[in-house]
Amino acid sequence: MIHKSDDPVIRCDGVWKIFGARASEALDAVRSKGLSKEEIRDRYDCVVGVCDASFDVGRGEIFCIMGLSGSGKSTLIRHINRLIEPTAGSIYIEGQDVNALSARELRRTRAEKIGMVFQNMALMPHRTVLENVAFSQEVRGHDVRERTQTALRAIRAVELNGWEDKYPDELSGGMQQRVGLARAIAADPAILLMDEPFSALDPLIRRQLQDKFMSLSAEMKKTTLFITHDLDEAIRIGDRIAIMKDGVLVQIGTPEDIVTNPADDYVADFVAGISKLDLISAGKIMEPIDAYTRRDGPIDFDAWPEAHPNQSLDQLVDLSIATQHPIVVKLDGRPLGVVTKNALLRGIKGDTAPAASAA
Amino acid sequence: MDEDTTFNILDPFSSIDLGIADSAGGIKQWAIANRDLIQPIKAVFNDIVTAIDGALNAVPPLVMLALITLIAWQAAGRRTAILVGLCLFALGLLDPNAWSLAMTTLAIVISAVTACFVIGLPLGILAAKSDGFERLLRPVLDLMQTIPAFVYLVPVVMLVGIGNVSGVIVTIVFALPPLIRLTSLGIRGVNPSVVEAARAFGASPRQILLKVELPLATPTILAGVNQTIMLSLSMVVIASMISVKGLGNEVLRAMGRLDAGKAIVGGLGIVILAVVLDRISQGMGQSGRERGQRHWWQSGPVGLAWRLTRARNETTPPVSAAPRTEVQSN
Repeated sequence: MIHKSDDPVIRCDGVWKIFGARASEALDAVRSKGLSKEEIRDRYDCVVGVCDASFDVGRGEIFCIMGLSGSGKSTLIRHINRLIEPTAGSIYIEGQDVNALSARELRRTRAEKIGMVFQNMALMPHRTVLENVAFSQEVRGHDVRERTQTALRAIRAVELNGWEDKYPDELSGGMQQRVGLARAIAADPAILLMDEPFSALDPLIRRQLQDKFMSLSAEMKKTTLFITHDLDEAIRIGDRIAIMKDGVLVQIGTPEDIVTNPADDYVADFVAGISKLDLISAGKIMEPIDAYTRRDGPIDFDAWPEAHPNQSLDQLVDLSIATQHPIVVKLDGRPLGVVTKNALLRGIKGDTAPAASAA
Repeated sequence: MDEDTTFNILDPFSSIDLGIADSAGGIKQWAIANRDLIQPIKAVFNDIVTAIDGALNAVPPLVMLALITLIAWQAAGRRTAILVGLCLFALGLLDPNAWSLAMTTLAIVISAVTACFVIGLPLGILAAKSDGFERLLRPVLDLMQTIPAFVYLVPVVMLVGIGNVSGVIVTIVFALPPLIRLTSLGIRGVNPSVVEAARAFGASPRQILLKVELPLATPTILAGVNQTIMLSLSMVVIASMISVKGLGNEVLRAMGRLDAGKAIVGGLGIVILAVVLDRISQGMGQSGRERGQRHWWQSGPVGLAWRLTRARNETTPPVSAAPRTEVQSN
């Protein structure tokens, strides 16, 4: 199948997953009568796992799905490589309907196009690091020399050289998850599925592995679906974030969108605890220069610190500390707007409506 | 039906006769009628058992003793090897005939356990994969384990005739269930997330079975083999009733003559053989890594030979892998 390079690599189209013996009846009922999850559970003895999920992931994009446990995010990610079959809806990988693949084609797609990292590592305890990493090549029937070479390259990429003959139980948790990562990238797949890969690790190791992953992914440009229950992690890693609640994708957007424009109270609750310092830019909180001068009259900006519209709140705070004046936001030498100390403080709280500063 | 028996509502069973025993006797008639079909098959298997017996008895006892001790060393370590060596020595000293009888018994046990493995492993795998099959199989296994051996001794003899093959069949009936049960248990006990990972990386069901499930279930399966060996040994006396030679026959004859001394010789011989086989098969179930070695060929007599050849080749640089660093055992 021919496809343009700007086609989404992963596309989910109205995916439903309902667990239970009467799943299709339950699905019809949901669609025609709009029953709630609880009604489905009581009337059909079915559990709604994923509820009408649609999203696209572009080539090289890191798409985070954030949700608490039980929100259906692990169920959703398993639809991408068809570890779980959807009750309704379709999943496309590079334009190919995953659920239309034969068993043989599916195995080929899994081994060559998709790498997966699991929360509990899921390494094979009876195989050495090298044998674990080479697994997907082994099941494809590549010869020993070739798969050893590619596996060693992946092991080097996660900086585990010298450990390839050890068994997983001889490694620390962080190292085991690096093996998991190496196994996922060994076959050089186009897509990485990361199912809460760093959740089981302690904070310091998690941070290191996030950095490792981000530098690797910047280098390899893999299309990544990243599951996490940690919004900080999603914001750090994701190009776009989808917030999932009770099987529903509540909001999809860039980290800044999510933080500054939460779609509902649920997302707002999550976002409340997040530091906005690095997420919100000067352009978002400034008061347009016209409005400012209309109110306070023409001003001489020369003594004021200057900022670029893309500068983060963190940098604005540093500028602001050094002076009593507001900050003027300039693009190519032309003043665009003004950030007063009040606007800055509101911005730190997540309030970006510039109109509020006029009140 | 007995006309005198009056029907009593409180004791209805004494007046009802469905004739189950008579119709089951029909099986006997059927078995006798079909003997000719069985005989050629029987002859083949009888030849196999006789050949194993002949081979084991052809080896001089001391050589055989050394061989089994080496196997024990490889499978279970030096301490077990010493115990096994001493046990076999004691077995030989029990009676001038004891060694030869023990080898005959060993041949029956080897045949029965091999047959159990060939039948039991596939059934165990099927039972692990299919809940329905497991439900179906469970009462059959219960029956095999609990029904007194004497009950199926007669039909088997009617069908197959007396001798080694019947002995092996009777032994299989009794010794097979734990292997099936533990194979199923072992495969069902494999961490599902590891199996899921194998699926996610494109493994086919066959590859998952061979590369993930069976290797991870091996300790449990070998525990089943160990149980099967032990149960096979416990059947040798009963099997000797249908003219199976060996230590069991010794015990049976001693019983008939109330010869306590001879019974003790036979009995002790069986016990010693059981200890030897138990220690060796248990050692196999324990992975080498639990004992601090990385690979099985790095320990025991094979490991010794391996180290010796390496020492000899030390002058020439190793062509293959660099010498592995030994892990410290914890």
